[in-house]
Amino acid sequence: MFDLSILFTSVLNGITTGAVYALIALGLTLIYGVLHIINFAHGASLMVALYGVYFLKEQLGIDPYAALPVMVTVMFGLGYSLQRGIINRASHGKDENILLVTLGLSIVLENLALLFFKSDTRSIDTSYTLATITVGPAMIALPKIVAFAGALAVSAVLLAIMRYTDLGRAIRAVAKEKHGARLMGIDVDHVYAMSFGIGLACLGAAACFLLPAYYVNPLVGNGFVLIAFTIVVLGGMGSFVGALIGGLLIGVVESIGGLYLGESLGQVGIFVIFIAVLLFRPQGLFGANA
Amino acid sequence: MKDLRAVALFTTLIALVPFLTQSGVVLNFVMMALYASLLAQAWNILGGYGGQFSFGHSLFFGTGAYVQAIAQMQAGLSPWLALLLAAASGAAVGGFIGSVSFRYGLKGSYFALVTLAFAEVFRIFALSVPFTGAGVGLMLPLKESASNMQFADKAGFVWLILGLVTIALLVTVWLRHSRFGAYLQAVRDNEDAARAIGVNPFKIKLWAAILSGGLMAAGGAFYVQIFHYIDPGLAYGPATSVEALVGAIVGGMGTLWGPLLGAVVLSVLGDVTRNMFGQLPGINMVIYGCVLILIMLFLPRGISGLGASCRSIFGRKKDRS
Repeated sequence: MFDLSILFTSVLNGITTGAVYALIALGLTLIYGVLHIINFAHGASLMVALYGVYFLKEQLGIDPYAALPVMVTVMFGLGYSLQRGIINRASHGKDENILLVTLGLSIVLENLALLFFKSDTRSIDTSYTLATITVGPAMIALPKIVAFAGALAVSAVLLAIMRYTDLGRAIRAVAKEKHGARLMGIDVDHVYAMSFGIGLACLGAAACFLLPAYYVNPLVGNGFVLIAFTIVVLGGMGSFVGALIGGLLIGVVESIGGLYLGESLGQVGIFVIFIAVLLFRPQGLFGANA
Repeated sequence: MKDLRAVALFTTLIALVPFLTQSGVVLNFVMMALYASLLAQAWNILGGYGGQFSFGHSLFFGTGAYVQAIAQMQAGLSPWLALLLAAASGAAVGGFIGSVSFRYGLKGSYFALVTLAFAEVFRIFALSVPFTGAGVGLMLPLKESASNMQFADKAGFVWLILGLVTIALLVTVWLRHSRFGAYLQAVRDNEDAARAIGVNPFKIKLWAAILSGGLMAAGGAFYVQIFHYIDPGLAYGPATSVEALVGAIVGGMGTLWGPLLGAVVLSVLGDVTRNMFGQLPGINMVIYGCVLILIMLFLPRGISGLGASCRSIFGRKKDRS
């Protein structure tokens, strides 16, 4: 019943979706690695970015891919100011507080969207929405291929920033030992805010790649947030390589799970992985320590 | 004891309210505020006294609600018996979640995430299996009588929920004065130190989860009795988890009266916004989220910690790490 070409298509689809998941998870894992907090507002922020792309297209006629620089900048600014203005102030030095504040942020963002945009699901129409490319026996939607390539490119840029720039070195220093970093003259609060900003900038990019083949509604972030958490936990909190591989893996699991178990039970597969990893290998596949 | 006298006074005073007024608006407000208090108090046992922040308390709520509905509709059980069964099922789910997550040492953000994920798994299952009515939900048939726990006037419901809230208050008083409660707070404040003096953190946290789950499930059962309806989104969706958590945090975690205070404040805010803006979707949650953020910014100890927070803001400069 399920011959190999269907399986092949499914895997390919999973990999392309997984690349975007990886991009979302990269932002999350960067924030976790540096600030040691879980950004619960990650899904809601992605939703904000998706609405941003949607309105740029619908109101101003800007193509989603052309909107990339705008969205990355806007989301970076949003992240930087959220961290400096609210999250850092509310932490009072306790990690649990940050968890609660980001939860509060996600509640506010999601329900404001519900208030203003209603629960309608919206999508955009571009000339390439329905275009497909044939890869071997499979047909893949063109926007998915672009998303795959784009997500990998953005990830590569991010990794390069982390490895080769002063900012990247400062971020890694703060992640390892913030007191030592402060003594070396690094402005820790600034680095925190930069990390948060870059984390959300990843979402800005992800939104541009997602929307042509996807949709937006006020609760769209929920679906992504647990997936992103799963990827981050699976790959090891704070590990970039882990997030990349975990993203592709989860994309494939979801796609194949959906093929054999149906849409909603396929999702359960992801949560089962998530719970199992949390319980049995909380350091993840690539994490250094528990 | 002072705490017990205060609880007795509170219960007596609220029990008299239905004699003083017949106003449906007032009684409805009292009922809903008490209901919100019950959820916040349930969360407070595990989150406030145990320090384990659950983001998925709807797990217990939803289980209680479904058991309450199914026990009556399928097994023909009396709702009063069903209520006990619902609380026991919630406690059992609490025991299950507690045993798997605490056995593997999950705490902090990880515990929050795993409870959220479990709630989502339960929601998807409730959507997929037949005995929950799947997406259509379950509709409890309307049969007004006290023996059927469907009271003709609001007073009956007020007394019922007041009884549940009083039980939650008594459990909390017991936590404050018993050995178990002292162990629980010791584990919250410093797990390693508690273990070093011979406390078994796993067992202590597990029992806190069981208590918390049982009370939360009673809240779910009450919900079914007043609204006669439950579906997977209402049962296991994030709204009740958030309501329970925000109530406890706004009022003050790890205090006897904090969750009640928080729930009342949120109920008043909810009613005021409803009057100002009408029934806009999501407006209540926006208010909850804003209150949560503001409390975290300015009153991390909640409203009942107002005095202590003022002293630490104006008294001496805190060293920030």
